[in-house]
Amino acid sequence: MERKLALSNEILMQVEKPARYIGNEVNSVMKDKEAVDIRFCMCFPDIYEIGMSHLGIQILYSMFNSWEDVWCERVYSPWVDLDKIMRERKIPLFALESQEPVKNMDFLGITIQYEMCYTNILQILDLSQIPLYAKDRSEDDPIVIGGGPCSYNPEPIAEFFDLFYIGEGETQYRNLLDTYKENKQNGGNRVDFLKKASQIPGIYVPLFYEEEYKPDGTIKARKKLYDKAPDTIVKEIVTDVSDTYYPTKPVVPFIQVTQDRVVLEIQRGCIRGCRFCQAGQLYRPVRERDVEVLKKYTVELLNNTGYDEISLSSLSSSDYSGLNDLLDFMISDCNKRYVNISLPSLRIDAFSLDVMAKVQDVKKSSLTFAPEASSQRLRDVINKGLTEEDILNGAALAFESGWTRVKLYFMLGLPTETEEDILGIGELSNKIAAVFFDTVPKDKRVNGKVQIVTSTSFFIPKPFTPFQWARMCTKDEFIEKAYQTRKGIMSQLNQKSIKYNWHEADLSVLEGILARGDRKLAKVILTAYERGCLFDSWSECFHNDVWISSFEDCGVDMDFYTIRERAEDEIFPWDFLDCGVTKEFLLREWKKAMQGVTSPNCRSQCQGCGAKRFGCGVCFE
Amino acid sequence: MKIRIKFAKYGAIKYIGHLDVMRFFQKAIRRAGIDIKYSEGFSPHQIMSFAAPLGVGMESFGEYLDIEVNSMTSTKDMKDALNAASVDGIEILSVKILPDSCKNAMASVAAAGYVIEYNADYNGNADSNSDVNVNNGGLSEFPIENIDKKLADFYAQEQIIVNKKTKKSEIEIDLKSGIYEIKMDRLKDINLRNNNPVINNKDSSFVIYMLVNASSSGNIKPTMVMDAFCKYCNIELPTYSCRITRLDTYTGVIESDGSEKFIPLEEVGHD
Repeated sequence: MERKLALSNEILMQVEKPARYIGNEVNSVMKDKEAVDIRFCMCFPDIYEIGMSHLGIQILYSMFNSWEDVWCERVYSPWVDLDKIMRERKIPLFALESQEPVKNMDFLGITIQYEMCYTNILQILDLSQIPLYAKDRSEDDPIVIGGGPCSYNPEPIAEFFDLFYIGEGETQYRNLLDTYKENKQNGGNRVDFLKKASQIPGIYVPLFYEEEYKPDGTIKARKKLYDKAPDTIVKEIVTDVSDTYYPTKPVVPFIQVTQDRVVLEIQRGCIRGCRFCQAGQLYRPVRERDVEVLKKYTVELLNNTGYDEISLSSLSSSDYSGLNDLLDFMISDCNKRYVNISLPSLRIDAFSLDVMAKVQDVKKSSLTFAPEASSQRLRDVINKGLTEEDILNGAALAFESGWTRVKLYFMLGLPTETEEDILGIGELSNKIAAVFFDTVPKDKRVNGKVQIVTSTSFFIPKPFTPFQWARMCTKDEFIEKAYQTRKGIMSQLNQKSIKYNWHEADLSVLEGILARGDRKLAKVILTAYERGCLFDSWSECFHNDVWISSFEDCGVDMDFYTIRERAEDEIFPWDFLDCGVTKEFLLREWKKAMQGVTSPNCRSQCQGCGAKRFGCGVCFE
Repeated sequence: MKIRIKFAKYGAIKYIGHLDVMRFFQKAIRRAGIDIKYSEGFSPHQIMSFAAPLGVGMESFGEYLDIEVNSMTSTKDMKDALNAASVDGIEILSVKILPDSCKNAMASVAAAGYVIEYNADYNGNADSNSDVNVNNGGLSEFPIENIDKKLADFYAQEQIIVNKKTKKSEIEIDLKSGIYEIKMDRLKDINLRNNNPVINNKDSSFVIYMLVNASSSGNIKPTMVMDAFCKYCNIELPTYSCRITRLDTYTGVIESDGSEKFIPLEEVGHD
């Protein structure tokens, strides 16, 4: 039977990439809506190509649809061309599978991967014709549930959500959906359900809490509005990642998406403990997937999708203990099938270069180093366990093997950063170029040259990191630092071999505000959205002036969230969440950072971060 | 071994562009476990050739691609395996083995047949939304009086000059020599003649049928012909009011008397 599309031919023919809105992809799931009890719409609040590249939704989509009583569908942000048409003609936002309005669903689940998507969340709600504030929703509206990394400080957007699911989705969703069904059968209403949901581990119901502020704007206390709501919500975690859901039949898009390949998640968490990195703290402890399970997934995934590329996914693939074994298997299996392997997040050493040379075209690929800081002193502050020797030796090995392109990533504005650190970025880039000219004899140089691409991003302190207390730079400071960096690079001998890229400063400042924000920001986000802000992460759509005027008109001080160094005893908006690592541990790390003292990784020596209480992973190796 | 695959593309799939259809088949062939041949070199790719690209928004019951395989069981098995690996709206209609001497699909294309249906519901229709179905809207007659005669007069012109926009400028071209046939016809009769398995063949409405040059050097888009015809009739049809379906893609063969005849691309091969 032919599906009825939500958009007319005339609309689909005038929007860019109509394939974003028609569904029907390989492995997408159709069900009889009359035969299910729960309809769940999963949303990634960005365009289709970005949303379809996200593994988390594929995991939950396949898990939900493996349950007979649930039909899970997908929705992504309509691009600005369609957004305009849908507003003008009052067309309700629809799910890709059934092409029916999102408003008809029981749940709308939104994954929140980065702060700059907050206005897109409002777009999704608005186009779905769901009241933006949770408190204004009726019995007919879907339950709006948030998850993903930004839910670890949900407060700036808390009032737009009925629930947040804190942690890994595999564990409590069945429980949550059963609670919903049971409540419905017993004739319970929306609030009854929210009350019951608040008793489920990992579930946060913003309506049941209020923030009280001190005169200086910091938090005095959190007040509970429902006495049975928990004081602290502990993240949910899968203890055995080899024995859980894995989407071995992921949806395969028609159009080319950002991550257009099979994704094999080899482990969760990271042993490294870089002090700026939020993911490194949130997903502790490290849990590895059994290598035999991964081999089986590799075969199934390739058979079920037909992709010609597979990528390993983890925060630090080199730390996966079964890497040799897995790659041996993959190289032989994938070669037979003419499938390419892509290997992100590998430490550059003899082993990884050997593997990369086997799976990639050396001439075409580039190598990536992420020293993040140019001096050993500053790398010790951020606990980035990479020495200059590692980098220069790695580069020499790579140049010997034929690579001629190197990417370098640095951060500007890290705590304790000095002018020397900034100028050092050019010096280190130059040293690497010099290694090339020292290592590769003239007659063996491909095209005669080396290409170093040095990129800097601006440091943004994030919740649940040792740097959550840190001051963030102002826009002017950032721009000055980028200017200094460029000057430093231009003064180098090999400057012609070095290309320099830097991020936009005002976008970073806004991200910093939202990242450590509180509930006072909700009205600012709403105001900016009402004034047309959307797709803020797309530089062509970002309107900094509109954001600034929204802050001003709402009477919210931007600097309060960024350039203030927080006191050790300050109550943070996210303190009521427990991601496993304790505030004491983070404070200890913050102090060590200020002293320039490093901490060994989880495998070398336990630092007592608190994640051991989950009873699994690297803590018990 | 050279294989020619004929497929239909209809429904929502008409919004998938040509490059994405190619990407779809690259994956479908892997999912179906077909022992396809790869090119030599550092980044080998499947040996695959598509006949004539179909514009976004058009449907077709006569699309073709050629592949080369190392081995296979039977054309029927391959057809079944591909259909099992496909999606609604991309349907494998036939799989044929080609003679080794056969030119590839793209080089073989000489002509394509199109049906143009008029559907008033396609039209601008600003207020309608989810009630509009792009595929089930009823047919209506073209709002052109004496359309049979006008079409015949249109085709009887010595030249049919249209302006064609290129990347740099606009040039005048004559469509006449590239239009092999154009007439009013009943949809159900066309479907009967083409033995079309998928299209709704009960409708007795009149539609425009045209057979035009589709070779890579002289391809004529059916929309160009329609625009020229509307201009000839001095009428403007609403944008997107015409539903265009490609019926089949043809290659030219020389008959014993020296005349050229068009046969569907699939007829070059055998089971």
